[in-house]
Amino acid sequence: MPTIYIDNRPCTVAAGLNLLQACLSSGFDLPYFCWHPALGSVGACRQCAVKRFKDEKDTRGELVMACLTPADEGTRIAINDPEAVQFRAGVIEWLMLNHPHDCPVCDEGGECHLQDMTVMSGHTYRRSRFPKRTHRNQDLGPFINHEMNRCIQCYRCVRFYHDYAGGTDLNVFACHDHLFFGRFEDGPLESEFSGNLVEICPTGVFTDRTFKAHSSRKWDLQTAPSICPHCGLGCNTLPGERYGELRRVRNRYHHQINGYFLCDRGRYGYEYANSDRRIRQPLQVRRGQAPATPLTAEAALAQWAAMAKGAGLIGIGSPRASLEANFALRRLVGAENFYAGLSEPDACGLETVRAILTDGPVPSATLQGAGLSDAALVLGEDVTQTAPLLALNLRRLRYRKAAVMAAGFQLPVWNDAGVRELAQLNLPNLFIAAPHATRLDDEAAGTLHVPVPELLRFAQSVAAVLDAPEAPAADPGDPVTALAWQSAQALLKAQRPLVVAGMALGEPALLQAAAAIAARLKAMGRGAELCLCVPEAGSMGLALMQARALTAAMARGAADTLVILENDLWRRSAPEKVKAWLAQARHVVVLDHLATATTAAADLALPAAAPAETAGTWVNNEGRAQRAYAVMPPADPARSSWRWLQAMARSAGRVDLNGWQTIDDVAAELARTLPPFQTITELTPAVTVPTAAGKLPRQSHRYSGRTAMNAQRDVHEPKPPADPDAPLAFSMEGFDGPQPPGLTTRDWTPGWNSEQALHKFQGETAGLLAHHDPGRRLIAPAGKRQSLQMPPPAASPKLAAGEFQLVPLHFIFGSEELSMAAPAVALRAPKPHVGLGPDNGFAVDGQAVWLRIGDLLTEQIVRIVPGLAPGLMGWPVGLAGMPPIVLPAVARVEQ
Amino acid sequence: MLSILRTVGEVLRHTFAPRETIQYPEQKPYLAPRFRGRIILSRDPDGKERCVACYLCSAACPVDCIALQAVHGEDGRRYPAFFRINFSRCILCGFCEEACPTLAIQLTPDYEMCEYDRSKLVYEKEDLLISGPGKYPGYNFYKEAGLAIEGKDKGQAENESPPVDVRSLLP
Repeated sequence: MPTIYIDNRPCTVAAGLNLLQACLSSGFDLPYFCWHPALGSVGACRQCAVKRFKDEKDTRGELVMACLTPADEGTRIAINDPEAVQFRAGVIEWLMLNHPHDCPVCDEGGECHLQDMTVMSGHTYRRSRFPKRTHRNQDLGPFINHEMNRCIQCYRCVRFYHDYAGGTDLNVFACHDHLFFGRFEDGPLESEFSGNLVEICPTGVFTDRTFKAHSSRKWDLQTAPSICPHCGLGCNTLPGERYGELRRVRNRYHHQINGYFLCDRGRYGYEYANSDRRIRQPLQVRRGQAPATPLTAEAALAQWAAMAKGAGLIGIGSPRASLEANFALRRLVGAENFYAGLSEPDACGLETVRAILTDGPVPSATLQGAGLSDAALVLGEDVTQTAPLLALNLRRLRYRKAAVMAAGFQLPVWNDAGVRELAQLNLPNLFIAAPHATRLDDEAAGTLHVPVPELLRFAQSVAAVLDAPEAPAADPGDPVTALAWQSAQALLKAQRPLVVAGMALGEPALLQAAAAIAARLKAMGRGAELCLCVPEAGSMGLALMQARALTAAMARGAADTLVILENDLWRRSAPEKVKAWLAQARHVVVLDHLATATTAAADLALPAAAPAETAGTWVNNEGRAQRAYAVMPPADPARSSWRWLQAMARSAGRVDLNGWQTIDDVAAELARTLPPFQTITELTPAVTVPTAAGKLPRQSHRYSGRTAMNAQRDVHEPKPPADPDAPLAFSMEGFDGPQPPGLTTRDWTPGWNSEQALHKFQGETAGLLAHHDPGRRLIAPAGKRQSLQMPPPAASPKLAAGEFQLVPLHFIFGSEELSMAAPAVALRAPKPHVGLGPDNGFAVDGQAVWLRIGDLLTEQIVRIVPGLAPGLMGWPVGLAGMPPIVLPAVARVEQ
Repeated sequence: MLSILRTVGEVLRHTFAPRETIQYPEQKPYLAPRFRGRIILSRDPDGKERCVACYLCSAACPVDCIALQAVHGEDGRRYPAFFRINFSRCILCGFCEEACPTLAIQLTPDYEMCEYDRSKLVYEKEDLLISGPGKYPGYNFYKEAGLAIEGKDKGQAENESPPVDVRSLLP
């Protein structure tokens, strides 16, 4: 650990840093623009100049760019040297020459890195009298607003979008002071990670377009730490609320999971919470026979009490409800009557994932860990669509490989331009085998597009090569065995190989095959890891609860009284069966926050709080339990699902759930009841007051309008709502000291108003938050089964001419239920269609075909899916407007 | 003795001195234009709302009595959808006026706004907006800032060159 001297103060910093990182992690303020902890240094902005001295006798020194100078042992620098201060003030004055000075109407204002750095450098008055250069803006789609005049040419956007996230449609155009950052022509940004430009851009060139429709300042947003509910990865988010409406989602840094970035589904899917489809009060639905009538909570509970009297209860849980809500339902109906509410393939797949991760020898990879592996094999999953941020991290493999090579050239890893030059020379050891081309194929050293039985044969060939590494490739003419040999050799050479699989194809055998490959690598002494993608935020929690699937509940025949928790059963099983089953049930009660087909078929619908309005624990695909807190209180009479279920138990005359006062009581009982959840009581600091000063405020100390926002209704200010479920208060008052990790409500520190303030909360830049890793891993590999058996080969189905096997097609925008209630995401979703391979011999792109699937006859538009094997037809999953089909199925083209 | 005489003298002097007290409300006192009284929202010289809903006034307000919401109009201008001042909380400190970057919010020499009912002291945008530019006749924010709005394209703000052609390589 080198010691450097900053303004004559000795500082011990981590090895291998540059001076800018060293200054920031030692607590000094030094302005910068082009450097970013995840992107490294390029030295484009010249803002971080410091004076470097040869030794303690040197008084003259020389100006160097801190971000491009290594922090070697004994380096002496001065940040406050007058010459360096003047240089930095000059640079910011140049950067501001063409700035349009429109901060009042800019959505970045108040959390703008350029504002912060301008103030920090002391530039206050414009001296230049020359005209400003101007640019025309582009329409970049529903996610991003473009205002090019605010640009300071730091190149961060292109370095993130193009170099880091692999996007191809945003670049830099023109030359000298005409530089233009945008697309070649107007149109939505194609990358699934475009939303990160909002946080990457240090000024207001790229701002959140959905936020523009209801803009607020950062200080006016009520924020609380939350977990993204839109996929199974459990990214940490920081949603913001104002005037009772969810306004935006920002990234919340987690060292092991999402790091600095979110995907666009996670960032823009939030508007489901403001949707017109929200259920705002209890409804007597009468199964759609008559118009629904609103009820008071008391009347609804009285109706429920009548339904529950002497009736046998059946509870259907949900992978989009929190652990506590599912457990409360399990307690209400009894463990033997609780079902997970998962489709048969999902339940089967999740049980496989659970068994592999808890019994097998191979640990699950964290998201950031996946990006640090040196060889990866993706089996059957289009990760960009099902687990987007995993795709972003797999894109780092190329850079990772180059960074290892860079050590041989004595090139530091933070030297971004240099390392990327090296990265160009080679493809990463990433191999993808899937039924069709995936968005990640451009990064892969080898790809294979074959149907599922062939995927299994591929996995078996990989395992065979791992068992006998010296044997030559069996048949170079066979693409399956050829790629198997190539990828197995790469995995063998790797120290930290990664195997990725998932549930997208509904084929548990693929998960077992991935586990078997990883187990073989582990047995060879490699640090092998498995990354198994699960579909929904609550999937893994349900898997650990080991509840039976929906079909098991339906197999029991007509139910007496059904309680369905935050679940649309129409998405889980064949609609006609679900419809018939619900019709047979004597009473159906649904708790949900969005109106769905299931709520329409109920007797009683109760308004549950949306995930942003309630505390809850979520387990991600890696097995990490994390607590999310309510950003805003649910509008009365909506309440957390577990509170409804507790009230329902009480109305039915039961007293055993009355002991639950807070969500921690529910979690504690869950921890006592089910062994896998033993440690969830330690998730975050106790909910009791963390300090004598009170709870942590969700509102900033600058939060405005407290005495006017409700004054049109009542001039007397209301008391802030109480929140027994969190160590946080719906208030601007409370403990204002350092916030514990996992409870950070904002990235802010004096002088640093933008999200760049984050480095003040990290031990070192891009390091742990206050040396702490929020969340608890519930799964540790027990290693009970040392060598996992390969699943048996599957037989290819016999297809007649004109018949196609349907394979699921997943879409980041379109396949997930909640985000499709957000208008911006819905705009980016594809139209209903079916996918066919390029040489299918039947139809061209855009052609309408008639298909017979079982008893259903439907007309669909054909879209060509690159790489889709002959004999396969892609069927979009969960896309609105598609006829409901339960996969697997065969489609016949009707003439 | 001397002190009693001096006291009588003082009383006589004050009896015939000109009076400071005025007969309010028949007679009104002189209030300087910079007096901090009732708050108004002013308009541009071209008659459009000056407020761009930047939220700086509400952030500066020490009693948090200003609440507003920004919207973006069809014409590209940003304005408040609602703008509410709770005068029953306002302390007329003038911080909002100092914070305002577009000179929209101004304090005026008017303080006669007492009510028996506190709820009548909640002023909405319609109550605050006046028809003129107030104390600053010439200023127009959109003329200075580089944001394009209806009737003022990119490059037409003060001190701006026309938009560059990004496909040209000429210097």
